Amino acid sequence: MTQEGWTRKDLVGIAALSPQEIQLILDTAESFKEVSERPIKKVPTLRGKTVVNLFFEASTRTRSSFEIAEKRLSADSLNFSTSTSSLSKGESLVDTALNLQAMAPDLLVIRHSHPGVPHMLAERLPSGVVNAGDGAHEHPTQALLDALTIVQHKGRLDGLKVSIVGDIEHSRVVRSNIHLLNKMGAEVTLAGPRTMMPIEVEKLGVNAVYTLEEAIKGADVIMMLRVQLERQSRMAFPSTREYFNLFGLTRDRLKGAKRGAMIMHPGPMNRGVEIASDVADGPHSVILEQVANGVAVRMAVLYLLAGALQEAE
Amino acid sequence: MSGELKLKKNVLSAQQMSRILRRMAGEILEHNGGVEGLTLVGIRTRGVPLAEALAAEIERSEGQKVPIGVLDITLYRDDLSVIAPQPVVKETRLPGPVEGQTLVLCDDVLYTGRTIRAALDALTDYGRPNAVQLAVLIDRGHRELPIQADFVGRKIASDRDELVEVRFVATDGEDKVMIMEPE
Repeated sequence: MTQEGWTRKDLVGIAALSPQEIQLILDTAESFKEVSERPIKKVPTLRGKTVVNLFFEASTRTRSSFEIAEKRLSADSLNFSTSTSSLSKGESLVDTALNLQAMAPDLLVIRHSHPGVPHMLAERLPSGVVNAGDGAHEHPTQALLDALTIVQHKGRLDGLKVSIVGDIEHSRVVRSNIHLLNKMGAEVTLAGPRTMMPIEVEKLGVNAVYTLEEAIKGADVIMMLRVQLERQSRMAFPSTREYFNLFGLTRDRLKGAKRGAMIMHPGPMNRGVEIASDVADGPHSVILEQVANGVAVRMAVLYLLAGALQEAE
Repeated sequence: MSGELKLKKNVLSAQQMSRILRRMAGEILEHNGGVEGLTLVGIRTRGVPLAEALAAEIERSEGQKVPIGVLDITLYRDDLSVIAPQPVVKETRLPGPVEGQTLVLCDDVLYTGRTIRAALDALTDYGRPNAVQLAVLIDRGHRELPIQADFVGRKIASDRDELVEVRFVATDGEDKVMIMEPE
């Protein structure tokens, strides 16, 4: 039994995917979840395949998640990060990539602070390329794991109201989520301080509101974004305390939420900044399920891309 | 399989199939001395209705239910590097721990033996059952691996370019086995 759906060797972003392709990844990920629940959490599917994790930007969660996914599929994986690679010795990105290519990896998982880097590598290299986050552009596997988590709870994406709150302008998670949710028929509302909203935000095909109360009201899903404290030098808000007072999700504010609303966060969380501890650990929070689903989604993506590479050979 | 296929021969009718299933269920019970510690494991896709049919027969004669598991072997196939695009992965669901159990793998057709090889690998990843046995409705020959079934519905002769099509009431609306050949 084969499916005709998946022919891409790369996953650079959600923007280029069709709703059918998104659905196929979600269905495949759902099946892969079971592998992580076994006593022996490993299948031989990608035996003999080499995956290079190329992280030019700090990441613990995403990199570990990819690494676990690779190991559970029996692929051989290799990690490069900026601090240990020759990038810090002045080698250009293309040279690094060509050198890696000479070692013939089957798949590259790449994170970079510049948008478009995964795209460029995908075009130049015969290996499959997975974007693990490029600048403020896209982070496709995060949007897919968010979608998988929503579907597991709500049974669908179509017709759901999803509010995303926080630093919208600098978030690649938001961009990928907007593409995905719009394609799958959900209604997206963005909320945050004006200083963190992109100009002409409505052109993204979303609603924009500027208070947390409006974002919470009627939402089926409330996705809180991390306040990027390391970017606080740009003074988007006066203090973390003020941010918490205006945009922090607290139990009190949740009283205005729809019954059964889900609370999500892509992590890592700043407790007491964008989300109160009792909400993060509360009954509506699915934050740890998101992490578990991340592994399943990444296994599904690696599996599908590996198949498309075979076809290209 | 390329091109259209046409019917070459009807192998089993609904009535013949029902007799065979009853006999196979009896053999499984006789061989294992009852249903104690027994689990039927259907290999997706057509092994699942076979496992269900055998379980129904066993329940009819013993008055006891046999647990049924579903095994998806996609991730264990040895031809993933030759076929493309990737086959759809479905879930594996076993009714409980396999330790101490006698598992009867069920599949509709035994052919090259490669599916069974993959299924054995998959089962190993769930633990160490007491024993694994194999029940197939049709054995069509042409083995490529040293694998044989413990319980066989019907042995038939077939050519490699033919297709043995097994239909079950539960999934296809009728019980029937046919040999299809290229036009």
